[in-house]
Amino acid sequence: MTSAVSLRAVSCVFRSAGKTVQAVSGVDLEVRAGEFFTLLGPSGSGKTTCLRMIGGFTLPTSGHIAIHGQDVSQHPPYARPVNTVFQDYALFPHMSILDNVAYSLMVSGVDRRTRDKKAQQLLDMVQLPDVAQRKPVQLSGGQRQRVALARALISQPQVLLLDEPLGALDLKLREQMQSELKQLQRKLGITFIFVTHDQHEALSMSDRIGVFNQGRLEQVATPDDLYNRPATRFVAEFVGAANVLQGGDARRYAAAEAIMIRPERIQLQWLPSDEAPAPRLRGTVREVQFFGSFWRVEVQADSSGPRLLADLPVPGSKGPPTIGDEALLHWSDEAMHIIEPAARP
Amino acid sequence: MSGSVFPVRKALADRLSTLLYTRRGLLLGTLLLPPLLWFGVIYLGSLLALLANSFFHLDDFTGQVVREIGLSNFANLFTPTNLDVALRSTVMAIAVTATCAVIGLPIAYYMARYARGPQKALLYVAVMLPLWSSYLVRLYAWKLLLAKEGAISWVMHSLDLQWLLDALLSVPVLGGSSLSFSPMGTFIVFVYMWLPFMILPIVAAIERIPGSYLEASADLGASPAQTFRQVTLPLAMPGMAAGSIFTFSLTLGDYIIPQVIGNSTLYIGQVVYRQQGVAGNLPFAAAFSLVPILIICIYLWLAKRKGAFDAL
Repeated sequence: MTSAVSLRAVSCVFRSAGKTVQAVSGVDLEVRAGEFFTLLGPSGSGKTTCLRMIGGFTLPTSGHIAIHGQDVSQHPPYARPVNTVFQDYALFPHMSILDNVAYSLMVSGVDRRTRDKKAQQLLDMVQLPDVAQRKPVQLSGGQRQRVALARALISQPQVLLLDEPLGALDLKLREQMQSELKQLQRKLGITFIFVTHDQHEALSMSDRIGVFNQGRLEQVATPDDLYNRPATRFVAEFVGAANVLQGGDARRYAAAEAIMIRPERIQLQWLPSDEAPAPRLRGTVREVQFFGSFWRVEVQADSSGPRLLADLPVPGSKGPPTIGDEALLHWSDEAMHIIEPAARP
Repeated sequence: MSGSVFPVRKALADRLSTLLYTRRGLLLGTLLLPPLLWFGVIYLGSLLALLANSFFHLDDFTGQVVREIGLSNFANLFTPTNLDVALRSTVMAIAVTATCAVIGLPIAYYMARYARGPQKALLYVAVMLPLWSSYLVRLYAWKLLLAKEGAISWVMHSLDLQWLLDALLSVPVLGGSSLSFSPMGTFIVFVYMWLPFMILPIVAAIERIPGSYLEASADLGASPAQTFRQVTLPLAMPGMAAGSIFTFSLTLGDYIIPQVIGNSTLYIGQVVYRQQGVAGNLPFAAAFSLVPILIICIYLWLAKRKGAFDAL
């Protein structure tokens, strides 16, 4: 498998007002051709800087970036075979939608008839056939998002970069755009590199995900691996809800220094009505939250033990426990995932 | 429900603020009334008085204003001398505006895009510093700089560039006996005086362009020159249009600079000044002051047609 984008020991340091900020440190990454790859992490984790370095808007302080085998580390954005959908869409306000979409053809000298025809095709593709003559301010957020997508795709880039493109949309529209983006990527077969801080979005759309934390790449894995076999405690807690037991708490259940159990893999019973033999943990219900398909119950273990989350499915359940109830938690050995000690200091 | 938890508002000020809160139109009207009165009565009123005056004429024998409607003043405007004045003023205003734009744009671009923190503050001060001192002081300072024995002449002489200065001054129409007695000198001082009024609106316009627009343009394959032409310049246009209205109208209306520096050819401002002052011909002065207004209107109409305000 050829790699569409590869980063080798890429670091980026910002200096401003006498302070230096290490935005990205020593990132190695291979994005395969035709893959939907997501850079996931909290704000300030370096994911956006990484994307900007691939796009050429920020140059790496050290390390190498190659796109389809060609080293582009020091190339300006206009000399890279990638296009970007910006977070604020960055549509040019003084141009019509058609001119916006045709922009990259215009600057490369394609004649007006050809580029207008092509731009109209792209607008048809993003299901906005009738907005060609409007100005960006006349469109809704979702429409602008599609126009930005059409504009970035018109010169058929090998790699499309998307910088939190769905962040400004409301939930319903965001979910719709998620599936449309995924379908589009499958149809066009080009590499998408997608930045988000939303782990649901990352899990549902991506072929693979790279998780960033404090400028470092914590783990690169498929959504399934990332969720069920997180490499570090950070990944476990950032992606989905997680119970992480450490030290003595962990050693009680497994020969490990840190284990993770997802809340949905813990079975909850509570007294007085339930009584089952030998629970893994005994505690008291502290908090109950309703999530539609399940209740998330927070249980404080007796004798200053850990606090654990357990998800109680709503269907077939006898209803949520009351705060203060005595709780019994059960889980299987398979539910426990051992987090290996971090390799780096 | 007995006993509201809210304090009962009975005081006059409280009731007044409640009234203004519930009647937004009343609030807006109260706030807008003074400026509208100022604008309507004093500003537009004086303009209308000017317009009315321009239809009267001066009795040649008595020197009294005759309050009869007539077009004699406007006919007078079309004499070769007066047309010459209007044309010279317009050409000067265009040249000053274009030069201010060419000099101002790079400075404004640097101030808006690159300067940060103390450097930016320093640049703002540098641009506005001339406005802190009196207009007349600066004008006479320039008179000294441009004079035959002045600093510029001395520097040129010391650098063995006297021939260049002489060549410039021997250009017909623009030249003269020295820089301070030539239209070239008038032009230099006009540009100096009005440059801040061009720079500041352009800075404001460029500062409003999000960095992502420029990045998007580069991302889509545009070279820096193309990005400048296609994105930065059109979006800076409203600022340049605003700045050019300042430089254009200030040049058209000024009567002191050409009086102190230049070869005593007349500009619109001077003619108006003389007609209403020395000659006491207020109606003709009024008619002549409509010329710059008309020229500005034509200028704005052209700018709008060229799309200078599309990005507003």
